Amino acid sequence: MSMIHVNTTVNGDEVDFVCDPRETLLDVLRDRLSLTGAKEGCGTGDCGACSVTVDDRLVCSCLMLGAEAEGKSIATIEGMATTEALDPLQVKFIEYAALQCGICTPGILIATRALLAKNPDPTEEEVRYWLAGNLCRCTGYDKIIRAVLDTAKDLRADAGEAR
Amino acid sequence: MSTGIGARVKRKEDKRFTTGKGKYTDDIRNDNQAYAAFVRSTHAHANIKGIDASAALAMDGVIEVLDGHQLTGDGIGNIICGWAVTSKDGSPMNMGAWSALATSKARYVGDAIAVVIAETQAQARIAAEAVVVDYEELPAIAHVMKAMAEDAPNIHENAPGNLIYDWELGDEALADAGLASATHITTLDLTNNRLSPNPMEPRVAIATYDDAEEHYTLHTTSQNPHVARLLLSAFYQVAPENKLRVIAPDVGGGFGAKIYVYPEEITCLWASMRTNRSIKWTSDRSEAFLTDAHGRDHVTTAKMGFDDNHKIVGFKVDTVANLGAYMSLFSSSVPTYLYATLLSGQYNIQNLHCNVRTYYTNTVPVDAYRGAGRPEATYVMERMMETAARELDMDPAELRRINFIQTFPHQTPMLMAYDAGDFPKILEMAQDAADIAGFAARKTEAAGRGKLRGIGYSTFIEACGLAPSQAAGSLGAGVGLWESAEVRVNPVGSIEILTGSHSHGQGHETTFAQIVADRFDIPIESVSIVHGDTDKVQFGMGTYGSRSAPVGMSAVVKAMDKVEAKVKKIAAHTLEAAEEDIVIEGGQVKVAGTDKAMGWHEVGLAAYIAHNLPEGMEPGLKETAFFDPVNFSFPSGAFICEVEVDPDTGVTEIIKFTAADDFGTIINPMIVEGQVHGGVTQGIGQALLEQVVYDDDGQLLTGSYMDYTMPRAADIPFFDVSHHETPSPNNPLGVKGCGEAGAIGSPPAVINAITDAIGNNNLAMPATPQAVWRAIQATKSVAAE
Repeated sequence: MSMIHVNTTVNGDEVDFVCDPRETLLDVLRDRLSLTGAKEGCGTGDCGACSVTVDDRLVCSCLMLGAEAEGKSIATIEGMATTEALDPLQVKFIEYAALQCGICTPGILIATRALLAKNPDPTEEEVRYWLAGNLCRCTGYDKIIRAVLDTAKDLRADAGEAR
Repeated sequence: MSTGIGARVKRKEDKRFTTGKGKYTDDIRNDNQAYAAFVRSTHAHANIKGIDASAALAMDGVIEVLDGHQLTGDGIGNIICGWAVTSKDGSPMNMGAWSALATSKARYVGDAIAVVIAETQAQARIAAEAVVVDYEELPAIAHVMKAMAEDAPNIHENAPGNLIYDWELGDEALADAGLASATHITTLDLTNNRLSPNPMEPRVAIATYDDAEEHYTLHTTSQNPHVARLLLSAFYQVAPENKLRVIAPDVGGGFGAKIYVYPEEITCLWASMRTNRSIKWTSDRSEAFLTDAHGRDHVTTAKMGFDDNHKIVGFKVDTVANLGAYMSLFSSSVPTYLYATLLSGQYNIQNLHCNVRTYYTNTVPVDAYRGAGRPEATYVMERMMETAARELDMDPAELRRINFIQTFPHQTPMLMAYDAGDFPKILEMAQDAADIAGFAARKTEAAGRGKLRGIGYSTFIEACGLAPSQAAGSLGAGVGLWESAEVRVNPVGSIEILTGSHSHGQGHETTFAQIVADRFDIPIESVSIVHGDTDKVQFGMGTYGSRSAPVGMSAVVKAMDKVEAKVKKIAAHTLEAAEEDIVIEGGQVKVAGTDKAMGWHEVGLAAYIAHNLPEGMEPGLKETAFFDPVNFSFPSGAFICEVEVDPDTGVTEIIKFTAADDFGTIINPMIVEGQVHGGVTQGIGQALLEQVVYDDDGQLLTGSYMDYTMPRAADIPFFDVSHHETPSPNNPLGVKGCGEAGAIGSPPAVINAITDAIGNNNLAMPATPQAVWRAIQATKSVAAE
């Protein structure tokens, strides 16, 4: 099958790649761009381990074709920390030990960032329902939910100070 | 801030995990990488009359198609069960032959028959669909209670009636006599539902053959890479141990499913040699449901007798367990030595007997899943206690208290000698935290909203750190269950710990470093943990059965004892003092009561420079140790679950879950809490949501997350977790193991709470809304009669 040439932006950098039209965005990220932070937990959009944002919208990269990335802006876990510092969410997840084996963590962090961009002051229930698309078999979600609520609180305080 | 034992140290591994830089097996891609896809049986039971790979071989990118005749022809051995269980009549268990690729017969849907090797994963998967297998279908057995029927089809020739063994533990005559003397007898029929472990990382294997060195490297998602190498070389004849390196890098959860060597690793290693390519196989989720070992699947009848004082005077358990189509590595031990041995629970019971029959069925092999036998025992025990309390019109906590073991060590009639505990204390802690006193008011308030509130207990014991090796061997274990460690103090004083334990979420890089930082009073940053690579770590038994702390850390402590002794000798020699006056503190090695001291790093340097060592001392500062415990450790816990059921929909909401655990000494409370949270959540999953379903033909109906319901964030509450520490006398740290308690203790607490809420004790797991609603309707119709 003929390959497709795609121009896109990944974590702020302009990127081009060639892929088979059947390849998913997850395949492209992992196998062609060596961005292995997003994981395949199910391949059917049920577990959220492959979560990325595409033009700021949260998607399962296993359900989107690589060719569909043309002209889009993709954000993955690899772009969350800057060279100087971890993102406040990453800091808080470490502080709470809100992860164990770590395989679902990139997806949960990406999904959480998308939540807080939409809703800076979520209730516990809102966090739980938002993250219901991300399966974690290790943590029982307890420390994850606490870390998210605490990060949101800190970010609101920071935003208040900035004003 | 302290980084020693008991400190809430942030996990050293988490920076790489939170930044997407963890290195899991599927993240590795070798040069010259080829990909494997398996041709799997579409029938639960069928003779294989022929395999036609010609169409597949002609497809784009296909390198080779290999089958079971080629595999066995190359001398690859059958997969074995490593624990010999003997039937009560003295006959050995009936282990059926299991070839990594089936040759003449497929015994479950998903049984591997052939492998396709191709240039890409997609090409391999597409070509696998094009391999034509000529099946002669046979009648299949999907459910264990049908395996024993007289007209049941026979799955393995050497297992008449599909029976694997008929085993017993305890004294049946005593149990019968005890029941005969009882003034009240409680009887229950219980099913422990079949589960799929579901680590979020599916299994992966990358096998790489180096023809120049005749050497194999296997990267794999294993909880125990050394055990894998031992099996692959000694039993499966893939390669001698010195020609096989097994690496388990970051592993995304295990829960038991990644203990075993599966057909895929064996086949990929062999195929790598046959094709002279590095072969990568990645399971997809449906393949994981089809082929990862399942857990539980017991059917049990239990009878418990009480005297006038409500003391247990007899307990008899009869269990039938499904081991699936083949005997997986530890499958035989799960419903026997990891199950019946715990049927005394937290209670003083003298007259106890358990009979266990295991059978083959045309389903995926069943083996250890988080808890392994102990959740099944706890479910029987704690459903019995709650039911008996209701029948005796007693407070369920009071019935438990009356029967609690009070003194330790305690020898049960089921082989176990409990080490330490304080059962009344943890029950009291749980009751206080759960605000039992306020429950009646909460129930009334809920009733006012049309909701049914219920509360359920589970007070349980488990056994961790399976040991000692000699005892395990006498019970049929094929391996010794010790652990090894090496402590390498570098010339500048930093330390590497090499351990045979394997971390796949447990945080060993942190907790193992904590015990070293604590012992030598050095910064935790200067301690690194090396694990998961058979070329680096000499040997190890790996991580399962909550053994890493009681056994793995104990080996580290033993090695540190040796390091400390040598450090003190060197310091005494250099500082011209007596060895017994040397103390290690604050990064220094000092002569007590003086200002004479060497830096910790100076002792390391002295050991390696070796210009001035005591007479006859070897240079260097590196010690190894093997730790073989004298006994299991016995964590205990008291769980209380409070639920609210909507009688119109049958939906159960867990309002509060309280856990009071005794894990002995706690190294890092933050990590221990996480283990409890995750374990309890898996137990809630078993109680409310999860169930592997096969249809009558043996077709798996729960092959995706749309069909197999996993607990999600919105299904689970925050947890109330507390600890009471009675140190185990059986290891130097006093630790007991915490990885499985949550999954072991929680299912009966949930079911006891729901049955309390709805007033109908006849409710099986998983208590789905439909099942609960039906149970409520049954109560109403009984009430109406």
